[in-house]
Amino acid sequence: MLMTDPKLKLEICYLLSGSMAIVSFALLYQSRMAATINTFAVHALLLGLVVALQADIQAEHNLYLTAAIAVLFKAIAIPLALHFIIRKFDLHRTIEMVVSPGLTMTAGLGLVVVAVMVMRPVTVHSDALVTADLIFAMVVLLLGILMMITRRNAITQVVGFMSLENGLILAMAGVHGMPLVVEISVALTVLVACIVFGMFFFRIRERFSSLDIRHLESDGRVSQ
Amino acid sequence: MAIISESLVQLLQVLLVIGIAPGLTGLIRWVKARLQRRRGPPLLQAYYDLARLSRKEVVMAEHASWLFRSVPYLAFTSVWTAAALVPTFSTSLLFGPAADLIALVALLGSARFVLALGSLDIGTSFGGMGASREMMIASLAEPAMLMVVFTVSIFAGTTFLPAAAEVVRNHHAIIHVSMLLIVITMVIVALAENARIPVDNPATHLELTMVHEAMVLEYSGWYLALIEATASIKLVLYLSLFSCLFLPWGMASANSTAVEVLAGIGIWIGKLGLGGILLAVFETCIAKMRLFRLTDLIGGGFLLGLLSVILMYVFGNI
Amino acid sequence: MLDYVLIGAFAELALGILAVAGRRYGAIGTVVYGGCLVISTGLVLDSVAVLAGVGGGTPPTAVLPFGMPWLPGHFRLDALSAFFLLVASLGGASVSLFALGHSRHPGSHAPDAARILPFYPLFLASMTLVVVADDALMFLFFWEFMSISSWLLVLSNHREKGNDHAAFVYLMMAGIGAGALLFAFGLMAGPQGHYTFEAMRAASHSHLLAVGVFVLALIGAGGKAGIVPLHVWLPLAHPSAPSWVSALMSGVMTKIAVYGFIRICFDLDGPLPWWCGGVVLLIGGITAVMGVVQALMEHDLKRLLAYHTVENIGIIFIGLGLAMTFRFNGLAALAALALAGALLHVFNHSVFKSLLFIASGAVLWATGNRNMENQGGLIHRMPGTALAFLIGSAAISALPPFNGFVSEWLVLQALLSGTVLPQWLLKVAVPVVAAMLALSAALAATCFVKAYGIVFLGRPRSAAAADAQETDRFSLAAMFFMAGLCVAVGVLPTPILALIDKATQLLTGATMAGAEGTNWLWLVPISAERSSYSGLVMLVLICLAAGALRLIIHYVLSHHVRRRSAPWDCGFPDVSPNTQYTASSFAQPIRRTFGATLLAARERVTTPDPGDPSPASIVVVITDHAWQLLYVPVAQAVQFAAGWLNEFQNVSIRHYLAFMFAALILLLLVITPWQ
Repeated sequence: MLMTDPKLKLEICYLLSGSMAIVSFALLYQSRMAATINTFAVHALLLGLVVALQADIQAEHNLYLTAAIAVLFKAIAIPLALHFIIRKFDLHRTIEMVVSPGLTMTAGLGLVVVAVMVMRPVTVHSDALVTADLIFAMVVLLLGILMMITRRNAITQVVGFMSLENGLILAMAGVHGMPLVVEISVALTVLVACIVFGMFFFRIRERFSSLDIRHLESDGRVSQ
Repeated sequence: MAIISESLVQLLQVLLVIGIAPGLTGLIRWVKARLQRRRGPPLLQAYYDLARLSRKEVVMAEHASWLFRSVPYLAFTSVWTAAALVPTFSTSLLFGPAADLIALVALLGSARFVLALGSLDIGTSFGGMGASREMMIASLAEPAMLMVVFTVSIFAGTTFLPAAAEVVRNHHAIIHVSMLLIVITMVIVALAENARIPVDNPATHLELTMVHEAMVLEYSGWYLALIEATASIKLVLYLSLFSCLFLPWGMASANSTAVEVLAGIGIWIGKLGLGGILLAVFETCIAKMRLFRLTDLIGGGFLLGLLSVILMYVFGNI
Repeated sequence: MLDYVLIGAFAELALGILAVAGRRYGAIGTVVYGGCLVISTGLVLDSVAVLAGVGGGTPPTAVLPFGMPWLPGHFRLDALSAFFLLVASLGGASVSLFALGHSRHPGSHAPDAARILPFYPLFLASMTLVVVADDALMFLFFWEFMSISSWLLVLSNHREKGNDHAAFVYLMMAGIGAGALLFAFGLMAGPQGHYTFEAMRAASHSHLLAVGVFVLALIGAGGKAGIVPLHVWLPLAHPSAPSWVSALMSGVMTKIAVYGFIRICFDLDGPLPWWCGGVVLLIGGITAVMGVVQALMEHDLKRLLAYHTVENIGIIFIGLGLAMTFRFNGLAALAALALAGALLHVFNHSVFKSLLFIASGAVLWATGNRNMENQGGLIHRMPGTALAFLIGSAAISALPPFNGFVSEWLVLQALLSGTVLPQWLLKVAVPVVAAMLALSAALAATCFVKAYGIVFLGRPRSAAAADAQETDRFSLAAMFFMAGLCVAVGVLPTPILALIDKATQLLTGATMAGAEGTNWLWLVPISAERSSYSGLVMLVLICLAAGALRLIIHYVLSHHVRRRSAPWDCGFPDVSPNTQYTASSFAQPIRRTFGATLLAARERVTTPDPGDPSPASIVVVITDHAWQLLYVPVAQAVQFAAGWLNEFQNVSIRHYLAFMFAALILLLLVITPWQ
């Protein structure tokens, strides 16, 4: 790292976790599937940056691995896979929401208030920046759950679930000395990968009544 | 001595704002034309337009009242007064203490109030449509702007704009989540208030895009010149406000020399040009939104602004 | 000083009796309204004198021999009473001037003159006596007098449909409010029965008692002022009364209710916990937003103004809630700022709301119709009224350099200073309320663009609007006086704030902090580095700029002629004025945005089949959730309980004796812990 001032690094961490909370709000606002997935990719990229920075601050080199997983899998691989699913299976491009985006965002604001109220007594003896980090992590988590409940489409619900996980990982990285961070993040990533693959296979079977992947190649004509 | 320099700076600002505004509008139109692979009008076309309109005869509707005739003056002077109070190239303004950020937002609100009334005066449906849509957009954009004002004033500890600019310049204001949020909110508000894409299309008079243009449909001659000048000055005001709050480097202050003031003017014009080019690129890249999608956009901006104010209250100035 | 007030009030009572006695004489209206005008002007001068410090430091008191034998009537005129007396008398004077002119119009007043004239001076007298009352009995007696005289005035136009329902709801809500206040005073008086305010101030109240009194005061006084959800009577009752009485009810009576709330919670009640201020703050915010959104949906001009009163009461309560929280935390200067903002808004609102109501009264007389959809183009027919209404609209929309902006600016400054509050829930509530205030200010401007634009601008939508006539000199004088006050207080707010400082000094023990930077030109609420405002400088700048522009255009441009022609019509000349926007169409975007969630607004459109020449129709359904969630269940519960209790009407004597015995035991058990 070029900057050696630890206070500055903590401030940048605070800024990045705040940006993650903002991107969570942006996720709530989106009305198109492709935009949602791209926004989620940005979310995961920010998470990778925060975790890498925390690895540097805490001198905990395992966290670099978590950061790499976040960037590689959640920012690149899974969004690509989801884009592939949408394109190949011709899914609806717009998202049906349960309530209007305005009401969802207002509910999101209420959840921010809840997060502040909940985390304040817990972090009363900590530094202000650490408190802020944890509050933002709670916000990302709660907004992820809100996104899952206010969406009708399975893919966007998976995106909501993944943003909830991002919040968990952010919280784990923000607290010093949490054990098994890398292991938990790997486990969660494997879980999400299973869900995505599950959707993939479900759609193939439903569309073609068979799990043969040759159906997906060369516009669906299977040579016998 | 300080009074003299402050009043000179104020006078210079008042004149420069009117002088530069049509140039900025011309620059934005030129850039948009080039991006759309057209030659476009010359850069100084806006000045030629204003001169031409001033020479033309005014044609008024039969039953327009004295209110219709006073609206261009009232709107222009309100926006011009507001633009005179925003620090552009220097933070020492003579009339600065007369109005703070909240009064500035309210002055712009009064310009909009009289414009809407003027459009209803004619008694056709175009005026009503323009006024109704403009007030709906304003009813969300003005609170969003007030959220920006609140965040800045809590951060700086004052609602007095030159002082706030000084504070922002001296602290690492960029590294603060609330400031990041209000950059987004302010961009949305600026787009809404200046009737730019995606909120409104300033180039056409079609029904689809009738918000601002429908309100001023009946004005002609020097009334129309005043109203177009008002719109240009408003754009300069918003860009100057943006640069004053988020990019305040390069401004002269109370005890600067004449050279520093001139350098400040140059930097300010550069910032305006850059802002104009970015706005033109943004407008070309994005399409206009449906009217009722706008409430989602501007309402989202308002809620982001509210979030930033809550975070500012909760975290203080970390 | 106090003597003049009491003499004036009793003179007004005498005028009321005179009105009954002399009802056959044609000039009785002039005598009554003229008398009220003279007396109110005297009271204005008296209250200004008291606030300015004439007559020494201690507030004058008086004891009159009516009331209970052991409790004669106490009266007192301290700074708070003097300020509210100023507000009430100013409103009374201007409205009496309007009524003086209006009562001479043929056909507007004559059929119901006997129903209005006796009660009008009684209404004014009761409001005057409420603010100077110094014991609970006098306060409640004149409070109820105020309610009943205004109820009779609401009923005066009993032939119009809906007025008796409005009067019934009003009487019900007034009764509930007075009952709540009775309990509040009873709790504060204690088992020994010390009903004078002196004794209540000196007594120490337990925590639970103080909170109980606060809740009862909020229901009683707040309900009369019109906070949500106790506001439902306001938009029914205020429009039903004659216009100048509506002006008094909206502009003055709601302020008397605010006075009652301030008197109880700031002066008489014991120390309140911090969350009481937070509750008032939140209720104020919700009231402001709900009031203005409902005002936007209205197409009856007076109903729109009545809902708007609800919004402004919300703003006043925001200031009061802030003052309570700052006072609890020991921040006296900031409490004074918030309270000064609230009190200035009390003054400003009484001025511009009275102006708007009496202007709407002039419109109603000229066109015979309250519905905005039938007006239009009145700026040509009624230029004076149009100008006065324009100034009132600009003032109420908080536009500089008028007075509405100054008071909202002060309240916003107080909200922005709320970062120093230590309680976390308040730290979150204050920005949310600030956002609500910003939202309501923007919506208020929309509301008045709609009101002014549909009523006065455009083309006349009915024959009555096309034939409207300007109102008379006295009415115009009253309207222009109030419009002039709006401009004067907006440009030079410091004299009025100096008078208000006396009241805030009394209640919070401090004045606005920036007093050393404030002079006649600059208003500095906290400190000069923090914020300042000068309405005069802005007005001068705007006038200079406008003047310069006009000169340039006139003398530099050669072609400064104007030609009249037909408006732009896209090739389809629309001769009918019905193609203009109506009030409902103007509000439709707002209805879709805000009304769908807050008011469950739904539109039902029926279009005929192609070829069918019958007109299409659109029906807009708006629900006030307060009715459905609060009043209907309560009314149903009361009905149910009444039906159940009806069973007990026809039982034997033995049962009655058993009931009386049970009541006796219950009362004995209640009295025991008191001792």
